[in-house]
Amino acid sequence: MAYSDKVLDHYENPRNVGSFGKDEEGVATGMVGAPACGDVMKLQIKVGKDGVIEDAKFKTYGCGSAIASSSLVTEWVKGKTIDQALDIKNTQIAEELALPPVKIHCSILAEDAIKAAVADYRKKHQA
Amino acid sequence: MLKFPIYLDYSATTPVDPRVAAKMIPWLTEHFGNPASRSHAYGWEAEQAVEEAREQVAALVGADAKEIIWTSGATESNNLAIKGAAHFYQGKGKHVITVKTEHKAVLDTVRELEREGFEATYLDVQENGLIDLDVLKAAIRPDTILVTVMFVNNEIGVVQPIAEIGEICREQGIIFHVDAAQATGKVDIDLGKLKVDLMSFSAHKTYGPKGIGALYVRRKPRVRLEAQMHGGGHERGMRSGTLATHQIVGMGEAFRLAREEMASENARLLGLRDRLLNGLTGIEATYVNGDLEQRVPHNLNISFAYVEGESLIMAIKDIAVSSGSACTSASLEPSYVLRALGRNDELAHSSIRFSIGRFTTEEEIDFTIGLLNEKIGKLRELSPLWEMYKDGVDLDAVQWAAH
Repeated sequence: MAYSDKVLDHYENPRNVGSFGKDEEGVATGMVGAPACGDVMKLQIKVGKDGVIEDAKFKTYGCGSAIASSSLVTEWVKGKTIDQALDIKNTQIAEELALPPVKIHCSILAEDAIKAAVADYRKKHQA
Repeated sequence: MLKFPIYLDYSATTPVDPRVAAKMIPWLTEHFGNPASRSHAYGWEAEQAVEEAREQVAALVGADAKEIIWTSGATESNNLAIKGAAHFYQGKGKHVITVKTEHKAVLDTVRELEREGFEATYLDVQENGLIDLDVLKAAIRPDTILVTVMFVNNEIGVVQPIAEIGEICREQGIIFHVDAAQATGKVDIDLGKLKVDLMSFSAHKTYGPKGIGALYVRRKPRVRLEAQMHGGGHERGMRSGTLATHQIVGMGEAFRLAREEMASENARLLGLRDRLLNGLTGIEATYVNGDLEQRVPHNLNISFAYVEGESLIMAIKDIAVSSGSACTSASLEPSYVLRALGRNDELAHSSIRFSIGRFTTEEEIDFTIGLLNEKIGKLRELSPLWEMYKDGVDLDAVQWAAH
């Protein structure tokens, strides 16, 4: 499997790896995928009082493209409001990383991770 | 000086030993005759070389040279043995027994027989990869004509109880075929004692060239085959086609060297294997696949939990190894062999087969141990599953959203 330079860069030097403390203010978590399918992504966002995502962290169990997709997404969501973050589409991720067709599901999973994190944030803050 | 990537995939293929290559070359250029040419010296010398190689192959496995048939490799040998015997003996019955962990060259051949109207039983293996003889006995029917079991498994290196299976089959009058592609030069094979009727061999797993193999066909008691390749009646009509003298000479020399050197070579390989084993099982949450005792000395198959297989292969590109998942362009299929051991998909995905060989050095093993320790650590830092495991979460109890 030939990977693009951008995938290799994110794979070799993943951005924003880690986890926030569970009880930190404004933190929401999205966990998507399944071990049996070979991909699990955990995306955490930390949202300020103004509704802007201040920070993001990820951990991913998956192939190089899955790691790169989630690493990229942590960079992209920072500085966006949660509504703006929801506008990030898998096609943009796939295009940025030049993912081959068999790896498109990695970008879809990364988009799902954003949606899951935002849903978790809304559940915690608008309930 | 290390040369990258370090080759640790000797179960896939081996380099041709330089001593073997040197023996082969004159048979390509100077002595190019057709061994079937009976009317001149070119043919006679080629025939003599072919017969000498036949003796060398027979000597490694305790057979008579007359019982060795040249083929293009173990896949062809398996096809000829299984289809040839099934077709010849179908008047006696149409049931065949094999094992779920066999090589595809056996499984797909048995599937083909099923399409032709034969019935097949695929035996389960135990958790250690070995077959249970009672399970085999229970599967035998009055119409069973053929049992086919591999000597050494290509993925996990376990050695099946061939002697015991042979006794069971002979007692019941069932033809017994053994795929020994992975066994030559690794385990002692004495066909004078083993009650095996047909045995497949390959040259390129034992430092010989690709494209040449052999099939042992027992003469006492005589085993009959229906030819699968028709033509000039070579190899006593069982396999037509001009003999590839240079390939055959190579296989003969490779098997001669294997016979001479296997005792000392296997002791050395076992030492390296144990060094690798100790260096890798020090990593937390790793599992050796397959029995460690009933096993060839040069194979180690390990699952690294909470790390995904494809990213692991990507991380260790400085070594050439095989992954437990067949990472095709379309999908990531976990190994059917590891699944047959009862390993879950996740562990099957994250397994690596290390197979060492004649040219592996201690320095290469030490580099591999260091590399795996570093990269497994790095990937686990990235892994949410590792984090959950460390937090004491039972991953099997989590409701995952399969996609």
